[in-house]
Amino acid sequence: MTRPPATSDAELVRRCREGDRAAWDQLVERYSRYVYGICVRVFRLPESDAEDVFQEVFARVFARLDTLRDEAALRPWIAQLTRRLCLDTLAGASRERPSPEPVPEAVEAALEELDDAFAVREALARLPEPCREMLDRFFARDQSYRTISAELDLPAGTIASRIARCLRKLRLELEGRSDSEAPSRE
Amino acid sequence: MTRVYDEERLGELLRLLRPAPAGWVRSAQELPFVRPRLDEIAARAEADRAYRESLLADLEGALAREGVEPASRVLAELRKRLGSG
Repeated sequence: MTRPPATSDAELVRRCREGDRAAWDQLVERYSRYVYGICVRVFRLPESDAEDVFQEVFARVFARLDTLRDEAALRPWIAQLTRRLCLDTLAGASRERPSPEPVPEAVEAALEELDDAFAVREALARLPEPCREMLDRFFARDQSYRTISAELDLPAGTIASRIARCLRKLRLELEGRSDSEAPSRE
Repeated sequence: MTRVYDEERLGELLRLLRPAPAGWVRSAQELPFVRPRLDEIAARAEADRAYRESLLADLEGALAREGVEPASRVLAELRKRLGSG
């Protein structure tokens, strides 16, 4: 059975609306990679523009949280906000120096892939800490076996097998979700 | 729709969501709570020319004296409000 995330988006939104600062920190932490990914991977904004968009997205989320009707729809709302701000930024930049427009189909495909990546990260968050740490360091932070071994004080020769084991757990976690959802589709 | 991935694809997807720079995340967490304070400082600077000049002369020190940690993004926000950025 798939474990639910420690705190659902709806719960986070509710607590943020009540002024819970720790919940806001958690919300930003949960969505920071996603917003960053949309800015730099999907729309390929330069870092300085990406930082402006990143800050503006979270400023608007904070300011407009009360307007979000479906508290569970946080991710698509954030995606839409980020996308709009990225497009505005690109439009502003191209007025100063013309550049090719992003191809809508390519943007859609990249956003869809990022959504998949977000779902995988949510599953990763449900794994035990050692696996979360191992997979994040290797894949998302590009750390070498040697660095991981030194920083986690683990024998270098075991890193590859630990990564493989954790990937297997992650796959099972995702498949567990699939199993648990199956009856509801019948 | 729930998708099933092999482990190689899982690795590829994990690579897509790289951490945002830590300073960006910290600023996004802190700025909403600092903005009302920055608004007050900017309003005071608009009303008091001497205060505005002292602010612009040493923005970091002034913020610290006001009890606001002068992170780079906070400084940029205040400069924008003061029309000096």
